[in-house]
Amino acid sequence: MVRFENVGLRYGLGPEVLRDLTFGIEPHSFQFLTGPSGAGKTSLLKLLFLSLRPTRGTLTVFDHDTSHLTKDELSVLRRRIGIVFQDFRLLDHLTTYENVALPLRVLGKEEASYRSEVVDLLEWVGLGERIDAYPPILSGGEKQRAAIARAVIVRPEMLLADEPTGNVDPPLAKRLLRLFVELNRTGTAVLIATHDLSLLDQVEARHLFIRDGGLTVTDPHGGEDGGW
Amino acid sequence: MVTGTRRSASLQHWVAAQGRDGAGQADARPGRGASLVPPSSIAGRALMVIIAIMTFLGSLTVGGVDLVRTAAADWTSSIVREATIQVRPVAGRDVAADVTRATEIAVRFPGVADVAPYTAEETRRMLEPWLGTGLGAEDLPIPRLIVVKLADDRRTDMEAFRRALAEVPTASLDDHRQWFDRLRAMARAVIVVGLVIVALMIAATGLSVVFATRAAVETNRPVVEVLHFVGARDAFIAGEFQRHFLWLALKGAVAGGLAALGAIMASGLIAARWRATAGGDQIEALFGSFALGSTGYAGIVVLVLLVTGVAAVTCRLTVMRTLAAID
Repeated sequence: MVRFENVGLRYGLGPEVLRDLTFGIEPHSFQFLTGPSGAGKTSLLKLLFLSLRPTRGTLTVFDHDTSHLTKDELSVLRRRIGIVFQDFRLLDHLTTYENVALPLRVLGKEEASYRSEVVDLLEWVGLGERIDAYPPILSGGEKQRAAIARAVIVRPEMLLADEPTGNVDPPLAKRLLRLFVELNRTGTAVLIATHDLSLLDQVEARHLFIRDGGLTVTDPHGGEDGGW
Repeated sequence: MVTGTRRSASLQHWVAAQGRDGAGQADARPGRGASLVPPSSIAGRALMVIIAIMTFLGSLTVGGVDLVRTAAADWTSSIVREATIQVRPVAGRDVAADVTRATEIAVRFPGVADVAPYTAEETRRMLEPWLGTGLGAEDLPIPRLIVVKLADDRRTDMEAFRRALAEVPTASLDDHRQWFDRLRAMARAVIVVGLVIVALMIAATGLSVVFATRAAVETNRPVVEVLHFVGARDAFIAGEFQRHFLWLALKGAVAGGLAALGAIMASGLIAARWRATAGGDQIEALFGSFALGSTGYAGIVVLVLLVTGVAAVTCRLTVMRTLAAID
Protein backbone atom coordinates (compact mmCIF):
# COMPACT_ATOMS: atom_id res chain seq x y z
CA MET A 1 0.00 0.00 0.00
CA VAL A 2 2.73 2.46 1.05
CA ARG A 3 6.46 1.90 0.69
CA PHE A 4 9.31 4.11 1.80
CA GLU A 5 12.68 3.23 0.30
CA ASN A 6 15.66 5.17 1.64
CA VAL A 7 13.47 8.23 1.89
CA GLY A 8 15.03 11.48 3.04
CA LEU A 9 13.37 14.86 3.52
CA ARG A 10 14.80 18.30 4.02
CA TYR A 11 13.16 21.73 3.95
CA GLY A 12 14.96 24.01 1.51
CA LEU A 13 18.68 23.94 2.12
CA GLY A 14 18.31 22.93 5.79
CA PRO A 15 19.43 19.66 7.34
CA GLU A 16 17.53 16.42 6.67
CA VAL A 17 14.63 16.09 9.07
CA LEU A 18 13.95 12.52 7.94
CA ARG A 19 16.75 10.13 7.00
CA ASP A 20 16.90 6.80 5.24
CA LEU A 21 13.36 5.74 6.02
CA THR A 22 12.65 2.27 4.73
CA PHE A 23 9.38 0.73 5.80
CA GLY A 24 5.90 -0.04 4.53
CA ILE A 25 2.27 0.19 5.53
CA GLU A 26 0.32 -2.87 4.51
CA PRO A 27 -3.41 -3.06 3.78
CA HIS A 28 -5.53 -3.81 6.88
CA SER A 29 -2.58 -2.95 9.15
CA PHE A 30 -2.76 -0.90 12.34
CA GLN A 31 0.18 1.11 13.63
CA PHE A 32 1.06 3.82 16.07
CA LEU A 33 3.65 6.48 15.33
CA THR A 34 5.34 7.91 18.40
CA GLY A 35 8.43 9.91 19.20
CA PRO A 36 9.50 13.03 20.98
CA SER A 37 8.37 16.46 19.81
CA GLY A 38 10.37 17.71 16.86
CA ALA A 39 11.51 14.21 15.92
CA GLY A 40 9.79 14.35 12.51
CA LYS A 41 6.33 12.85 13.10
CA THR A 42 4.51 15.67 11.37
CA SER A 43 6.94 15.60 8.43
CA LEU A 44 6.40 11.86 8.07
CA LEU A 45 2.62 12.37 8.14
CA LYS A 46 2.93 15.08 5.48
CA LEU A 47 4.80 12.62 3.27
CA LEU A 48 2.09 10.05 3.88
CA PHE A 49 -0.77 12.32 2.95
CA LEU A 50 1.13 13.57 -0.07
CA SER A 51 1.52 17.11 1.14
CA LEU A 52 5.29 16.83 0.68
CA ARG A 53 7.45 14.80 -1.67
CA PRO A 54 10.71 13.16 -0.56
CA THR A 55 13.90 15.01 -1.40
CA ARG A 56 15.55 11.64 -1.93
CA GLY A 57 14.57 7.99 -2.07
CA THR A 58 11.31 6.56 -3.37
CA LEU A 59 7.86 6.86 -1.85
CA THR A 60 5.24 4.62 -3.42
CA VAL A 61 1.58 5.12 -2.45
CA PHE A 62 -1.07 2.75 -3.83
CA ASP A 63 1.52 1.53 -6.37
CA HIS A 64 2.23 5.05 -7.62
CA ASP A 65 5.68 6.60 -7.33
CA THR A 66 4.76 9.98 -5.86
CA SER A 67 7.68 11.76 -7.52
CA HIS A 68 6.03 11.22 -10.92
CA LEU A 69 2.50 12.25 -10.05
CA THR A 70 0.85 15.45 -11.20
CA LYS A 71 -1.02 17.66 -8.75
CA ASP A 72 -4.39 16.37 -9.95
CA GLU A 73 -3.22 12.76 -9.66
CA LEU A 74 -2.12 13.46 -6.10
CA SER A 75 -5.59 14.87 -5.39
CA VAL A 76 -7.22 11.69 -6.69
CA LEU A 77 -4.89 9.55 -4.54
CA ARG A 78 -5.72 11.64 -1.46
CA ARG A 79 -9.35 10.57 -1.82
CA ARG A 80 -8.21 7.12 -0.74
CA ILE A 81 -6.58 8.55 2.39
CA GLY A 82 -8.42 9.95 5.38
CA ILE A 83 -6.61 12.53 7.48
CA VAL A 84 -7.32 13.77 11.00
CA PHE A 85 -5.32 16.88 11.78
CA GLN A 86 -4.16 17.79 15.24
CA ASP A 87 -5.66 21.27 14.71
CA PHE A 88 -8.83 19.75 13.17
CA ARG A 89 -8.91 22.09 10.14
CA LEU A 90 -12.67 22.32 10.06
CA LEU A 91 -14.12 25.06 7.87
CA ASP A 92 -15.67 27.62 10.21
CA HIS A 93 -18.33 28.80 7.76
CA LEU A 94 -19.75 25.30 7.26
CA THR A 95 -21.91 23.40 9.75
CA THR A 96 -20.68 20.20 11.36
CA TYR A 97 -22.79 18.25 8.88
CA GLU A 98 -21.36 20.16 5.90
CA ASN A 99 -17.80 19.72 7.15
CA VAL A 100 -18.22 15.97 7.51
CA ALA A 101 -19.93 15.72 4.11
CA LEU A 102 -17.18 17.73 2.41
CA PRO A 103 -15.22 14.77 0.96
CA LEU A 104 -18.45 13.34 -0.50
CA ARG A 105 -19.30 16.70 -2.00
CA VAL A 106 -15.83 16.88 -3.57
CA LEU A 107 -16.52 13.46 -5.09
CA GLY A 108 -19.53 15.00 -6.82
CA LYS A 109 -22.20 13.10 -4.91
CA GLU A 110 -25.68 14.50 -4.60
CA GLU A 111 -26.66 15.35 -1.03
CA ALA A 112 -29.70 13.08 -1.10
CA SER A 113 -27.42 10.08 -1.63
CA TYR A 114 -25.31 10.66 1.48
CA ARG A 115 -27.44 12.61 3.95
CA SER A 116 -28.48 9.66 6.12
CA GLU A 117 -24.97 8.22 5.96
CA VAL A 118 -23.45 11.43 7.34
CA VAL A 119 -26.15 11.81 9.98
CA ASP A 120 -25.62 8.21 11.13
CA LEU A 121 -21.89 8.72 11.48
CA LEU A 122 -22.40 11.98 13.38
CA GLU A 123 -24.79 10.16 15.72
CA TRP A 124 -22.19 7.49 16.26
CA VAL A 125 -19.43 9.93 17.18
CA GLY A 126 -21.83 11.68 19.55
CA LEU A 127 -22.50 14.78 17.47
CA GLY A 128 -26.10 13.94 16.61
CA GLU A 129 -27.31 17.07 18.41
CA ARG A 130 -24.60 19.30 16.94
CA ILE A 131 -25.30 18.65 13.26
CA ASP A 132 -26.20 22.25 12.47
CA ALA A 133 -23.63 23.84 14.78
CA TYR A 134 -20.69 25.75 13.38
CA PRO A 135 -17.13 24.81 14.47
CA PRO A 136 -16.46 28.04 16.43
CA ILE A 137 -19.11 27.03 18.97
CA LEU A 138 -17.98 23.40 19.25
CA SER A 139 -15.79 22.26 22.12
CA GLY A 140 -12.31 20.89 21.42
CA GLY A 141 -13.55 17.32 21.80
CA GLU A 142 -16.49 17.95 19.48
CA LYS A 143 -14.20 19.44 16.86
CA GLN A 144 -11.96 16.41 17.22
CA ARG A 145 -14.87 14.05 16.61
CA ALA A 146 -16.10 16.09 13.65
CA ALA A 147 -12.59 15.98 12.15
CA ILE A 148 -12.48 12.20 12.61
CA ALA A 149 -15.93 11.80 11.07
CA ARG A 150 -14.81 13.85 8.05
CA ALA A 151 -11.75 11.63 7.65
CA VAL A 152 -13.66 8.35 7.77
CA ILE A 153 -16.85 9.29 5.90
CA VAL A 154 -15.51 7.95 2.58
CA ARG A 155 -14.15 4.79 4.27
CA PRO A 156 -10.61 5.47 3.16
CA GLU A 157 -8.16 2.69 2.39
CA MET A 158 -5.70 4.35 4.75
CA LEU A 159 -6.44 6.57 7.72
CA LEU A 160 -3.82 8.92 9.16
CA ALA A 161 -4.56 10.59 12.47
CA ASP A 162 -2.38 13.15 14.21
CA GLU A 163 -3.06 13.09 17.98
CA PRO A 164 -6.72 12.11 17.46
CA THR A 165 -7.40 11.73 21.18
CA GLY A 166 -5.44 14.74 22.31
CA ASN A 167 -8.50 16.86 23.19
CA VAL A 168 -10.92 14.31 24.60
CA ASP A 169 -11.41 12.65 27.96
CA PRO A 170 -10.33 9.01 28.46
CA PRO A 171 -13.79 7.42 27.92
CA LEU A 172 -14.24 9.29 24.65
CA ALA A 173 -10.65 8.53 23.66
CA LYS A 174 -11.46 4.87 24.12
CA ARG A 175 -14.62 5.23 22.04
CA LEU A 176 -12.73 6.98 19.23
CA LEU A 177 -10.03 4.34 19.33
CA ARG A 178 -12.79 1.76 18.94
CA LEU A 179 -13.92 3.62 15.84
CA PHE A 180 -10.42 3.32 14.38
CA VAL A 181 -10.22 -0.37 15.28
CA GLU A 182 -13.59 -1.09 13.67
CA LEU A 183 -12.57 0.79 10.56
CA ASN A 184 -9.37 -1.25 10.53
CA ARG A 185 -11.44 -4.46 10.72
CA THR A 186 -13.32 -3.39 7.62
CA GLY A 187 -10.05 -3.11 5.72
CA THR A 188 -8.75 0.37 6.38
CA ALA A 189 -5.06 0.62 7.23
CA VAL A 190 -4.69 2.95 10.23
CA LEU A 191 -1.74 5.00 11.40
CA ILE A 192 -2.14 7.04 14.57
CA ALA A 193 0.52 9.54 15.56
CA THR A 194 0.26 10.08 19.30
CA HIS A 195 2.01 11.06 22.49
CA ASP A 196 -0.57 9.13 24.51
CA LEU A 197 1.31 5.94 25.30
CA SER A 198 -1.74 4.49 27.07
CA LEU A 199 -3.33 4.01 23.65
CA LEU A 200 -0.55 1.60 22.71
CA ASP A 201 -1.64 -0.76 25.47
CA GLN A 202 -5.22 -0.88 24.25
CA VAL A 203 -4.58 -2.16 20.74
CA GLU A 204 -2.15 -4.74 19.50
CA ALA A 205 -0.44 -2.82 16.75
CA ARG A 206 2.86 -2.08 15.12
CA HIS A 207 4.83 0.67 16.75
CA LEU A 208 6.76 3.14 14.63
CA PHE A 209 9.13 5.12 16.80
CA ILE A 210 10.79 8.14 15.27
CA ARG A 211 13.78 9.92 16.79
CA ASP A 212 16.16 12.41 15.22
CA GLY A 213 14.75 11.72 11.75
CA GLY A 214 15.35 7.97 11.92
CA LEU A 215 12.65 5.30 12.34
CA THR A 216 12.48 2.11 14.37
CA VAL A 217 9.61 -0.30 13.70
CA THR A 218 8.48 -2.72 16.40
CA ASP A 219 6.13 -5.48 15.34
CA PRO A 220 3.85 -6.83 18.13
CA HIS A 221 4.70 -10.39 17.06
CA GLY A 222 8.11 -10.12 15.51
CA GLY A 223 9.98 -7.69 17.75
CA GLU A 224 12.07 -4.86 16.45
CA ASP A 225 12.62 -5.09 12.70
CA GLY A 226 13.66 -1.59 11.68
CA GLY A 227 11.81 -1.84 8.35
CA TRP A 228 9.05 -3.62 6.51
CA MET B 1 -31.01 22.22 7.90
CA VAL B 2 -30.57 18.50 8.01
CA THR B 3 -33.48 16.26 8.82
CA GLY B 4 -32.03 12.80 8.51
CA THR B 5 -33.45 9.72 10.16
CA ARG B 6 -32.31 9.65 13.78
CA ARG B 7 -31.86 6.01 14.63
CA SER B 8 -29.65 4.24 17.08
CA ALA B 9 -26.48 4.27 15.07
CA SER B 10 -23.72 1.73 15.24
CA LEU B 11 -20.48 1.82 13.35
CA GLN B 12 -20.95 -1.76 12.19
CA HIS B 13 -24.29 -0.78 10.69
CA TRP B 14 -22.75 2.32 9.16
CA VAL B 15 -19.81 0.45 7.65
CA ALA B 16 -21.92 -2.47 6.47
CA ALA B 17 -24.51 -0.21 4.89
CA GLN B 18 -22.00 1.48 2.64
CA GLY B 19 -19.37 0.07 0.35
CA ARG B 20 -16.15 1.98 -0.23
CA ASP B 21 -16.69 5.11 -2.24
CA GLY B 22 -15.37 5.40 -5.75
CA ALA B 23 -12.45 7.52 -4.70
CA GLY B 24 -10.97 7.55 -8.16
CA GLN B 25 -13.97 9.06 -9.88
CA ALA B 26 -13.72 12.47 -11.46
CA ASP B 27 -14.91 15.67 -9.82
CA ALA B 28 -18.51 15.96 -10.91
CA ARG B 29 -20.48 19.07 -10.10
CA PRO B 30 -21.35 18.71 -6.46
CA GLY B 31 -24.82 18.84 -5.05
CA ARG B 32 -25.39 22.54 -4.40
CA GLY B 33 -24.82 23.18 -0.73
CA ALA B 34 -23.37 26.07 1.18
CA SER B 35 -20.66 27.94 -0.68
CA LEU B 36 -17.27 26.45 0.09
CA VAL B 37 -15.82 29.96 -0.17
CA PRO B 38 -16.82 32.02 2.88
CA PRO B 39 -19.68 34.19 1.63
CA SER B 40 -18.86 37.56 3.12
CA SER B 41 -15.60 39.41 3.02
CA ILE B 42 -14.60 43.06 2.74
CA ALA B 43 -12.79 42.33 -0.53
CA GLY B 44 -15.95 40.69 -1.91
CA ARG B 45 -18.17 43.64 -0.98
CA ALA B 46 -15.63 46.11 -2.40
CA LEU B 47 -15.51 44.15 -5.65
CA MET B 48 -19.29 44.16 -5.89
CA VAL B 49 -19.34 47.95 -5.46
CA ILE B 50 -16.57 48.37 -8.08
CA ILE B 51 -18.48 46.21 -10.54
CA ALA B 52 -21.68 48.15 -9.84
CA ILE B 53 -19.92 51.49 -10.47
CA MET B 54 -18.21 50.22 -13.62
CA THR B 55 -21.47 48.80 -14.98
CA PHE B 56 -23.27 52.05 -14.11
CA LEU B 57 -20.73 54.14 -16.03
CA GLY B 58 -20.60 51.63 -18.87
CA SER B 59 -24.39 51.56 -19.12
CA LEU B 60 -24.54 55.37 -19.19
CA THR B 61 -21.99 55.28 -22.01
CA VAL B 62 -24.01 52.67 -23.90
CA GLY B 63 -27.16 54.76 -23.36
CA GLY B 64 -25.36 57.93 -24.52
CA VAL B 65 -24.04 56.20 -27.61
CA ASP B 66 -27.52 54.92 -28.43
CA LEU B 67 -28.95 58.42 -27.95
CA VAL B 68 -26.36 59.98 -30.27
CA ARG B 69 -26.75 57.21 -32.83
CA THR B 70 -30.55 57.62 -32.89
CA ALA B 71 -30.33 61.42 -33.00
CA ALA B 72 -27.73 61.31 -35.79
CA ALA B 73 -29.94 58.93 -37.77
CA ASP B 74 -32.87 61.36 -37.36
CA TRP B 75 -30.76 64.33 -38.42
CA THR B 76 -29.35 62.60 -41.46
CA SER B 77 -32.73 61.28 -42.61
CA SER B 78 -34.15 64.84 -42.35
CA ILE B 79 -31.19 66.30 -44.19
CA VAL B 80 -31.26 63.65 -46.88
CA ARG B 81 -34.93 64.48 -47.58
CA GLU B 82 -34.12 68.15 -48.17
CA ALA B 83 -32.03 70.26 -50.54
CA THR B 84 -31.51 73.99 -50.91
CA ILE B 85 -31.27 76.10 -54.04
CA GLN B 86 -29.31 79.29 -53.51
CA VAL B 87 -29.80 82.19 -55.93
CA ARG B 88 -26.99 84.74 -55.71
CA PRO B 89 -27.66 88.44 -56.46
CA VAL B 90 -25.47 89.39 -59.40
CA ALA B 91 -25.29 92.83 -60.92
CA GLY B 92 -27.32 93.08 -64.09
CA ARG B 93 -29.64 90.17 -63.26
CA ASP B 94 -33.13 90.19 -61.82
CA VAL B 95 -32.92 88.07 -58.64
CA ALA B 96 -36.71 87.70 -58.36
CA ALA B 97 -36.92 86.41 -61.94
CA ASP B 98 -34.08 83.96 -61.29
CA VAL B 99 -35.84 82.70 -58.15
CA THR B 100 -39.08 82.22 -60.07
CA ARG B 101 -37.32 80.36 -62.89
CA ALA B 102 -35.37 78.13 -60.50
CA THR B 103 -38.62 77.37 -58.61
CA GLU B 104 -40.34 76.38 -61.87
CA ILE B 105 -37.48 74.04 -62.76
CA ALA B 106 -37.54 72.47 -59.30
CA VAL B 107 -41.33 71.96 -59.26
CA ARG B 108 -41.19 70.09 -62.57
CA PHE B 109 -38.18 67.97 -61.65
CA PRO B 110 -38.95 64.27 -60.96
CA GLY B 111 -38.55 63.23 -57.32
CA VAL B 112 -39.32 66.67 -55.87
CA ALA B 113 -42.28 66.71 -53.47
CA ASP B 114 -42.47 70.36 -52.55
CA VAL B 115 -40.71 73.64 -53.32
CA ALA B 116 -40.81 76.63 -50.96
CA PRO B 117 -38.90 79.77 -52.00
CA TYR B 118 -38.10 82.22 -49.21
CA THR B 119 -39.55 85.63 -50.05
CA ALA B 120 -37.43 88.77 -49.58
CA GLU B 121 -39.46 89.51 -46.43
CA GLU B 122 -38.88 85.99 -45.02
CA THR B 123 -35.17 86.28 -45.77
CA ARG B 124 -35.01 89.61 -43.95
CA ARG B 125 -36.80 88.17 -40.90
CA MET B 126 -34.42 85.21 -40.90
CA LEU B 127 -31.45 87.58 -40.71
CA GLU B 128 -32.94 89.84 -38.05
CA PRO B 129 -31.24 88.09 -35.09
CA TRP B 130 -27.84 88.90 -36.59
CA LEU B 131 -28.39 92.15 -38.51
CA GLY B 132 -31.12 93.77 -36.41
CA THR B 133 -34.26 95.54 -37.61
CA GLY B 134 -34.52 98.57 -39.79
CA LEU B 135 -31.86 97.48 -42.18
CA GLY B 136 -32.87 97.57 -45.83
CA ALA B 137 -32.25 94.01 -46.93
CA GLU B 138 -32.62 95.06 -50.52
CA ASP B 139 -29.48 97.17 -50.07
CA LEU B 140 -27.40 94.09 -49.28
CA PRO B 141 -26.32 91.39 -51.68
CA ILE B 142 -28.15 88.66 -49.75
CA PRO B 143 -28.69 85.38 -51.58
CA ARG B 144 -32.24 84.01 -51.78
CA LEU B 145 -33.00 80.48 -50.71
CA ILE B 146 -35.45 77.93 -52.09
CA VAL B 147 -36.13 74.92 -49.86
CA VAL B 148 -36.75 71.76 -51.89
CA LYS B 149 -38.43 68.79 -50.17
CA LEU B 150 -37.57 65.52 -51.86
CA ALA B 151 -40.09 62.72 -52.25
CA ASP B 152 -39.72 59.85 -49.76
CA ASP B 153 -40.81 57.18 -52.18
CA ARG B 154 -38.39 57.77 -55.05
CA ARG B 155 -34.78 58.67 -55.50
CA THR B 156 -33.91 62.11 -56.91
CA ASP B 157 -31.08 62.32 -59.42
CA MET B 158 -29.22 65.26 -57.91
CA GLU B 159 -26.70 65.51 -60.76
CA ALA B 160 -29.50 65.79 -63.32
CA PHE B 161 -31.16 68.36 -61.04
CA ARG B 162 -27.93 70.40 -61.05
CA ARG B 163 -27.70 70.23 -64.85
CA ALA B 164 -31.33 71.36 -65.14
CA LEU B 165 -30.66 74.33 -62.85
CA ALA B 166 -27.67 75.37 -64.99
CA GLU B 167 -30.26 77.23 -67.04
CA VAL B 168 -30.22 79.82 -64.20
CA PRO B 169 -26.53 80.75 -63.92
CA THR B 170 -26.89 82.42 -60.49
CA ALA B 171 -28.51 79.30 -58.93
CA SER B 172 -26.59 76.56 -57.15
CA LEU B 173 -27.90 73.39 -55.54
CA ASP B 174 -26.78 72.28 -52.07
CA ASP B 175 -27.88 68.71 -51.32
CA HIS B 176 -26.39 68.90 -47.78
CA ARG B 177 -24.07 65.99 -48.60
CA GLN B 178 -21.20 67.71 -46.83
CA TRP B 179 -23.28 68.08 -43.67
CA PHE B 180 -24.53 64.57 -44.01
CA ASP B 181 -20.97 63.18 -44.29
CA ARG B 182 -19.80 65.24 -41.30
CA LEU B 183 -22.72 64.14 -39.15
CA ARG B 184 -22.19 60.52 -40.09
CA ALA B 185 -18.47 60.77 -39.28
CA MET B 186 -19.24 62.45 -35.95
CA ALA B 187 -21.82 59.84 -35.02
CA ARG B 188 -19.39 57.05 -35.90
CA ALA B 189 -16.64 58.72 -33.86
CA VAL B 190 -18.96 59.01 -30.85
CA ILE B 191 -19.95 55.33 -31.17
CA VAL B 192 -16.30 54.20 -31.49
CA VAL B 193 -15.22 56.33 -28.52
CA GLY B 194 -18.16 54.98 -26.49
CA LEU B 195 -17.28 51.38 -27.33
CA VAL B 196 -13.62 52.01 -26.43
CA ILE B 197 -14.72 53.48 -23.08
CA VAL B 198 -16.94 50.44 -22.42
CA ALA B 199 -14.09 48.09 -23.39
CA LEU B 200 -11.73 49.92 -21.02
CA MET B 201 -14.29 49.69 -18.23
CA ILE B 202 -14.69 45.95 -18.80
CA ALA B 203 -10.89 45.57 -18.80
CA ALA B 204 -10.67 47.55 -15.54
CA THR B 205 -13.40 45.34 -14.06
CA GLY B 206 -11.45 42.26 -15.14
CA LEU B 207 -8.31 43.59 -13.44
CA SER B 208 -10.27 44.33 -10.27
CA VAL B 209 -11.55 40.75 -10.32
CA VAL B 210 -7.98 39.46 -10.73
CA PHE B 211 -6.80 41.34 -7.63
CA ALA B 212 -9.90 40.46 -5.61
CA THR B 213 -9.63 36.79 -6.58
CA ARG B 214 -5.96 36.61 -5.66
CA ALA B 215 -6.76 38.24 -2.33
CA ALA B 216 -9.66 35.83 -1.80
CA VAL B 217 -7.50 32.78 -2.54
CA GLU B 218 -4.80 34.03 -0.17
CA THR B 219 -7.35 34.89 2.54
CA ASN B 220 -8.98 31.51 2.14
CA ARG B 221 -5.74 29.56 1.93
CA PRO B 222 -6.82 27.28 4.83
CA VAL B 223 -10.02 26.46 2.94
CA VAL B 224 -8.02 25.69 -0.21
CA GLU B 225 -5.66 23.44 1.78
CA VAL B 226 -8.53 21.51 3.36
CA LEU B 227 -10.16 21.06 -0.05
CA HIS B 228 -6.87 19.73 -1.42
CA PHE B 229 -6.54 17.34 1.53
CA VAL B 230 -9.99 15.88 0.96
CA GLY B 231 -9.08 15.27 -2.66
CA ALA B 232 -10.42 18.28 -4.54
CA ARG B 233 -8.73 19.08 -7.82
CA ASP B 234 -7.78 22.63 -8.77
CA ALA B 235 -10.64 22.75 -11.29
CA PHE B 236 -13.16 21.95 -8.52
CA ILE B 237 -11.74 24.65 -6.25
CA ALA B 238 -11.67 27.15 -9.13
CA GLY B 239 -15.32 26.27 -9.81
CA GLU B 240 -16.23 27.10 -6.22
CA PHE B 241 -14.48 30.48 -6.39
CA GLN B 242 -16.02 31.11 -9.80
CA ARG B 243 -19.51 30.43 -8.43
CA HIS B 244 -18.81 32.81 -5.54
CA PHE B 245 -17.57 35.63 -7.79
CA LEU B 246 -20.17 35.01 -10.51
CA TRP B 247 -22.89 35.70 -7.96
CA LEU B 248 -21.08 38.77 -6.61
CA ALA B 249 -20.51 40.13 -10.14
CA LEU B 250 -24.11 39.46 -11.18
CA LYS B 251 -25.44 41.37 -8.17
CA GLY B 252 -23.04 44.27 -8.78
CA ALA B 253 -23.68 44.40 -12.53
CA VAL B 254 -27.47 44.25 -12.20
CA ALA B 255 -27.40 46.99 -9.55
CA GLY B 256 -25.17 49.17 -11.78
CA GLY B 257 -27.33 48.55 -14.86
CA LEU B 258 -30.57 49.33 -13.00
CA ALA B 259 -29.06 52.50 -11.53
CA ALA B 260 -28.01 53.62 -15.02
CA LEU B 261 -31.51 52.94 -16.41
CA GLY B 262 -32.94 54.97 -13.53
CA ALA B 263 -30.54 57.83 -14.24
CA ILE B 264 -31.43 57.84 -17.96
CA MET B 265 -35.16 57.79 -17.19
CA ALA B 266 -34.72 60.62 -14.68
CA SER B 267 -32.84 62.62 -17.34
CA GLY B 268 -35.74 62.02 -19.72
CA LEU B 269 -38.23 63.30 -17.14
CA ILE B 270 -36.12 66.40 -16.46
CA ALA B 271 -35.74 67.03 -20.20
CA ALA B 272 -39.52 66.69 -20.62
CA ARG B 273 -40.07 69.26 -17.86
CA TRP B 274 -37.69 71.67 -19.62
CA ARG B 275 -39.31 71.12 -23.01
CA ALA B 276 -41.05 74.49 -23.13
CA THR B 277 -37.83 76.40 -22.34
CA ALA B 278 -35.22 77.54 -24.86
CA GLY B 279 -32.54 75.24 -23.38
CA GLY B 280 -34.92 72.30 -23.38
CA ASP B 281 -35.76 72.87 -27.01
CA GLN B 282 -32.06 72.90 -27.89
CA ILE B 283 -31.53 69.61 -26.04
CA GLU B 284 -34.55 68.07 -27.72
CA ALA B 285 -33.31 69.28 -31.11
CA LEU B 286 -29.95 67.63 -30.43
CA PHE B 287 -30.95 64.41 -28.67
CA GLY B 288 -34.62 63.91 -29.46
CA SER B 289 -36.87 62.92 -26.57
CA PHE B 290 -33.92 61.72 -24.41
CA ALA B 291 -35.42 58.23 -24.26
CA LEU B 292 -33.58 54.96 -24.84
CA GLY B 293 -34.54 52.85 -27.81
CA SER B 294 -34.75 49.05 -27.76
CA THR B 295 -31.09 48.82 -28.87
CA GLY B 296 -30.10 50.95 -25.86
CA TYR B 297 -31.93 48.62 -23.44
CA ALA B 298 -30.48 45.58 -25.21
CA GLY B 299 -27.02 47.14 -25.02
CA ILE B 300 -27.29 47.60 -21.25
CA VAL B 301 -28.53 44.03 -20.76
CA VAL B 302 -25.64 42.74 -22.91
CA LEU B 303 -23.20 44.88 -20.89
CA VAL B 304 -24.50 43.45 -17.59
CA LEU B 305 -24.12 39.89 -18.91
CA LEU B 306 -20.70 40.69 -20.40
CA VAL B 307 -19.38 42.15 -17.15
CA THR B 308 -20.69 39.12 -15.23
CA GLY B 309 -19.19 36.69 -17.73
CA VAL B 310 -15.83 38.49 -17.79
CA ALA B 311 -15.74 38.45 -13.99
CA ALA B 312 -16.51 34.72 -13.84
CA VAL B 313 -13.99 33.70 -16.50
CA THR B 314 -11.28 36.01 -15.12
CA CYS B 315 -11.87 34.61 -11.64
CA ARG B 316 -11.55 31.01 -12.83
CA LEU B 317 -8.34 31.70 -14.78
CA THR B 318 -6.85 33.61 -11.84
CA VAL B 319 -7.67 30.88 -9.33
CA MET B 320 -6.25 28.18 -11.62
CA ARG B 321 -3.06 30.20 -12.05
CA THR B 322 -2.80 30.98 -8.33
CA LEU B 323 -3.42 27.35 -7.35
CA ALA B 324 -0.84 26.17 -9.85
CA ALA B 325 1.70 28.29 -7.99
CA ILE B 326 0.69 26.69 -4.68
CA ASP B 327 2.47 23.37 -4.27
